[in-house]
Amino acid sequence: MARLAALPEALAAAVRDGDAVAMEGFTHLIPHAAAHELIRQGRRDLTLIRMTPDVIYDQLIGAGCAARLVFSWGGNPGVGSLHRLRDAVEHDWPRDLAIEEHSHAGMVNRYVAGASGLPFAVLRGYAGTDLEGVTDSIAPITCPFTGERLTAVSALNPDAAVIHAQRADREGNVQLWGIVGAQKEAVLAAARSVVTVEEIVDELAPVPGAILLPHWAVDWVCEVPGGAAPSYAAGYTDRDNDFYRRWDAISRDRETFRSWIDANVLGVQAK
Amino acid sequence: MKGSNSHGPDRPRSDGSWSDEPRLDAPERAEPAPSAEDMMTVAASRALAGRRTCFVGIGLPSLAANLARATCAPGIVLIYESGTIGSKPDRPPLSIGDGSLAETADTVVSSAEIFNYWLQPGRIDVGFLGAAQLDRFANLNTTVIGDYRRPKVRLPGAGGAPEIAASCKETIVVVRHTPRIFVDRLDFTTSVGHGDGPGARERLGLRGAGPVRIITDLGVLEPDPGTRELVLVNVHPGARVEDAVARTGWPLRVAPDLAATEPPTAAELDALRALTS
Repeated sequence: MARLAALPEALAAAVRDGDAVAMEGFTHLIPHAAAHELIRQGRRDLTLIRMTPDVIYDQLIGAGCAARLVFSWGGNPGVGSLHRLRDAVEHDWPRDLAIEEHSHAGMVNRYVAGASGLPFAVLRGYAGTDLEGVTDSIAPITCPFTGERLTAVSALNPDAAVIHAQRADREGNVQLWGIVGAQKEAVLAAARSVVTVEEIVDELAPVPGAILLPHWAVDWVCEVPGGAAPSYAAGYTDRDNDFYRRWDAISRDRETFRSWIDANVLGVQAK
Repeated sequence: MKGSNSHGPDRPRSDGSWSDEPRLDAPERAEPAPSAEDMMTVAASRALAGRRTCFVGIGLPSLAANLARATCAPGIVLIYESGTIGSKPDRPPLSIGDGSLAETADTVVSSAEIFNYWLQPGRIDVGFLGAAQLDRFANLNTTVIGDYRRPKVRLPGAGGAPEIAASCKETIVVVRHTPRIFVDRLDFTTSVGHGDGPGARERLGLRGAGPVRIITDLGVLEPDPGTRELVLVNVHPGARVEDAVARTGWPLRVAPDLAATEPPTAAELDALRALTS
């Protein structure tokens, strides 16, 4: 049952050291403000789950919050590498980072299985690739009806899912639209969930094609305007493409990165 | 690596086709002559002529797909893995999540739907991909350079590519022709092209036909119908066969009826400049 709460309070209750956390949002509605709060709270040893780690996980990894990354595409979209992710994988800085790697189709089906209460999902995928050899959560399976060889991927059931959405009402019903990625599946697959929203409104006006997460399927709702920046919330804010470009230089160097985190995350109070 | 005049292999030829001087047979133009990069984008866009639907990777494929929509394939439905179907951006997006892709789309669907309902059953005509490494059978690596556990370079990874390569009716790859990309052996197989040769895709249960064309800044390669090994079938104006051979990490076969790529037309270049200016 959804509670309206301040972000620090909600995250302190929902995410503990060592948890598996999915902060979803496929290049849209990325919950950056929540990630910054996790850095401020000093969370450690997290398993970070996300289809596209993006700048949000580059920051969490560089800040030393993560022990493990479960993902399918780890770049800065349209710009290049995620330098903090690469430094962790290539040089164990600031610590070693275990990785569990999939394709997008595999990852999203793992969320679907988790949301559906199933131990695994089936897809046509991975055949002939080297991914099956390096990732334990991929295995061949034979169709019991046709005998066809397919691929199974184990379910993802994170301890916590954290997403950003456009808005919620005072009961905690959450509405999101535009590119909706795997947010619904991540929330339904997770044991606990935190949703940050651009605004809390008296009544949710229907939006064509919008997803509604009912208040009884969400645990915490926090009003955090601009909480997706430098990602965006369609209808509210624009993607800050310039920041994504600037992140390349900020993140390339360890000290520049640390100064940026000090000035823009640790030295800032949650809204 | 932008522009064609800064390094050896792309230097202008004596026919002037890559020179900054206006060509004798062309009206004088204010813009610079087309670069090898422009030629690659234009050649890639032409490969979409007559196609109905295209699953678009970001970067070079996205620019070429949007050029095709502005030139030879005006009705083509562009599908991005962020879930946007029928995107019609005015400018090529920086990322597959840019708002313009969703705002201009016919419909926007969830990640589960785009991969399970639209890509997996083989509904999409062409998958358009890039790669960090490619081998003679057009298998692709976008995962690591070096050892997987101790990589020299950790690349972004698979994203949608393995299933795009498996399930689209055909795939087209756009890559620069360099020895770092055209390798004898991949460090990691992220996406399967023609596997280890004839019959490989059938044995693996991959239902699409796989890579049908590789477009580079030097020319065009296509798989030999018998051996499935890539053969150089086209060379772009200003590029030389020996450069393509020298920049390929295996003994590159050249088609006996090697063709010259038509240079970009004024209309193609205008459309490209409109997208990138």
